[in-house]
Amino acid sequence: MSRSTHAQPRVGLMATCLMNVFRPNIGFSAADLLQAAGCRVEVPTDQTCCGQPAYSAGDDDTARAMARQLIAQFESYDYLVSPSGSCIGTVRKYPQLLADDDAWRSRAEALAAKSYELLSFLVDVRRVTIDASYRGKATYHDSCSGLRQLGVKRQPRELLGQVEGLSLTEMEDAEVCCGFGGSFCVKYPKISEKMVDDKLRSIAESGADTLVGGDLGCLMNIAGRLRRTGARVRVWHTAEVLAGRTDGAAIGEEETR
Amino acid sequence: MKALPGSFDSRAEAALADPSLQKALQNFKPLFVAKRAAAVAELSDFERLRDAAAAIKDAVLSELDVWLERYADKVESLGGKVHFAKDAADAREIIREICRKADARTICKGKSMVSEEIGLNEVLEEDGYRVVETDLGEYIIQLAKEPPSHIIAPAIHKTREQVADLFAQNHPGRPREDSVAGLVNEARHALRERFFESDVGITGGNFLIAESGTSVIVTNEGNGDLTQTLSRVHVVTSGIERVIPTLDDLSVFLRLLARSATGQDTECYTTLSTGPRRAGDPDGPEEYHVVLVDNGRSKMLAGRFRDMLRCIRCGACMNHCPVYGAVGGHAYGWVYPGPMGSILTPLFNGLAENYDLPNACTLNGRCQAVCPVRIPLTDLIRTMRNEQVKAGLMPASQRRMMGAWGWVARQPGLYRALERLGSRMLRLRAGRRGAMSSLPGAEAWTRVRDLPAPQGATFIDQWKARGGDQ
Repeated sequence: MSRSTHAQPRVGLMATCLMNVFRPNIGFSAADLLQAAGCRVEVPTDQTCCGQPAYSAGDDDTARAMARQLIAQFESYDYLVSPSGSCIGTVRKYPQLLADDDAWRSRAEALAAKSYELLSFLVDVRRVTIDASYRGKATYHDSCSGLRQLGVKRQPRELLGQVEGLSLTEMEDAEVCCGFGGSFCVKYPKISEKMVDDKLRSIAESGADTLVGGDLGCLMNIAGRLRRTGARVRVWHTAEVLAGRTDGAAIGEEETR
Repeated sequence: MKALPGSFDSRAEAALADPSLQKALQNFKPLFVAKRAAAVAELSDFERLRDAAAAIKDAVLSELDVWLERYADKVESLGGKVHFAKDAADAREIIREICRKADARTICKGKSMVSEEIGLNEVLEEDGYRVVETDLGEYIIQLAKEPPSHIIAPAIHKTREQVADLFAQNHPGRPREDSVAGLVNEARHALRERFFESDVGITGGNFLIAESGTSVIVTNEGNGDLTQTLSRVHVVTSGIERVIPTLDDLSVFLRLLARSATGQDTECYTTLSTGPRRAGDPDGPEEYHVVLVDNGRSKMLAGRFRDMLRCIRCGACMNHCPVYGAVGGHAYGWVYPGPMGSILTPLFNGLAENYDLPNACTLNGRCQAVCPVRIPLTDLIRTMRNEQVKAGLMPASQRRMMGAWGWVARQPGLYRALERLGSRMLRLRAGRRGAMSSLPGAEAWTRVRDLPAPQGATFIDQWKARGGDQ
């Protein structure tokens, strides 16, 4: 491990479970963006999960165990950053989750205070400018956790506005849940289907050919439904577009190369 | 009200397959949301009002016994009578007794969720009284013999055509009305007769004011006023948590309630009742009773769900809930639907019996973001799941999976290996198609949507291969 300076903070990149398995491109995009923002990026390779599935299910004992593990893995960094609002939202809940644990409460508070969702980190902490291009008319889906737990709203729009060739159009109900909700989408598939169809209608009415968002779970849900219904809208994580890593297949798209 | 038959799943499924319900939900959803947003935007200090309201409620709840006593003493000093009901059965008996003593025949009712909660209409009808709901929405569902599907718009699930059919069946000798104005007028005529016959008028109580012994109702139709003014006996039914200290406090809540509920600056009628008719009053009831219902509330006061007792029953949480928007209120099975019901119903009627309610939620947080008294609804719904887990109610299959996953996730090497294996298998299955339309074991996902395939080796493996740090 290297020592950090003010000029080059050490950032621990949290590789979310979904990103790690399904969409490494988001991880590399995040690393590119953080490096361009003057950060030294490290990826602790023993990290597993933030515990969100257990926390959301109400299994606090399991969630606490995961929280302690992740705190130990990341607390030595200047920042913990992750390209997911819901995973960072979970880290921000650690102090509450470990409120009765004298040994861990203050460590949880310290980590929560320096944990950031990628886009808000880039704008609010690092004040970056973006040098990327994308040809298309995009609309942004506000994933619920990022929006309501972390206040991620203007940051992605501000950054996407700097992408050459990309025009951003707002859809109706951009802030309404897409019906993913973690295990919700498989426990209540019919309600989830209705919700994602409402989202697809908003996307279609916006006239956008591209959907971008900040949480892979939501994006896989929307992309999977778009593909099932034959809609030709490309789906990217915001980080991929901002890092200019959009040469390959979008989420759920056929490989053409 | 008795719990509706069937499971949450079966009721939700029926709701999704009901075209007229879906049409009604589609019509109402944008209306309430947009109106609230506009009304809130007009006030510069709405966020401070929310803080103030939550603080008033919290202060009262920390000394609820004291405020209830003050309120009750004041009401009785003005000639009213206060009854404390420990549960629904107790409340029903108290009200039956009042009606019996009043030698009542016709009972008019203003809208009251507590009356639904304690299942009042059923027992009064069994006793042989003519019970008439006078709120237009409540009147409609009373004719349809259905429970409310929304706390402030009980017949929101009905389309105009369905209401026209109901009225045509129930108001013989009148031509069928199809316009909204015509239907409202028809109900007004039918109800006006009943008001004049009413012996006992039963209303809810949006707020109970301790300093003046006043009960407050807020309506848009004026039916509550007629109910309580024209009846010989006025009975207020209210939860014990509805007491607030002063009239000044009331002004805070009145500015929040209508804006949050319907997006109005204020409702058409805000009616304050203080005691029975005094000598020289031109009108008013001869008797004034307040039935304060506990029914599990004092237990909530001591537990993890105390914040829920701040609720002022505005309905904003359900108006903004995408799950409520998809399935409507009846899917929730009891009086209180949507996010507030997902907390209250398990508390009142059992965690096991209502297992689905807190689980059928995406934790999207929209309810919490609009709650005028800052109830952390999303957090409480998650807390309710935790209570269910602690009570051993999580289904065994899910518990086993969670246990196994939790163990593996603490063995980084094994976790990596399983991720690697999973990634490889999914890529093999998907080939170059980029996604799968079916996957054994993941049917709940693939029935509705394709599953995007992994792009390649896992991020961490690729990062290591590229000689990345750590």
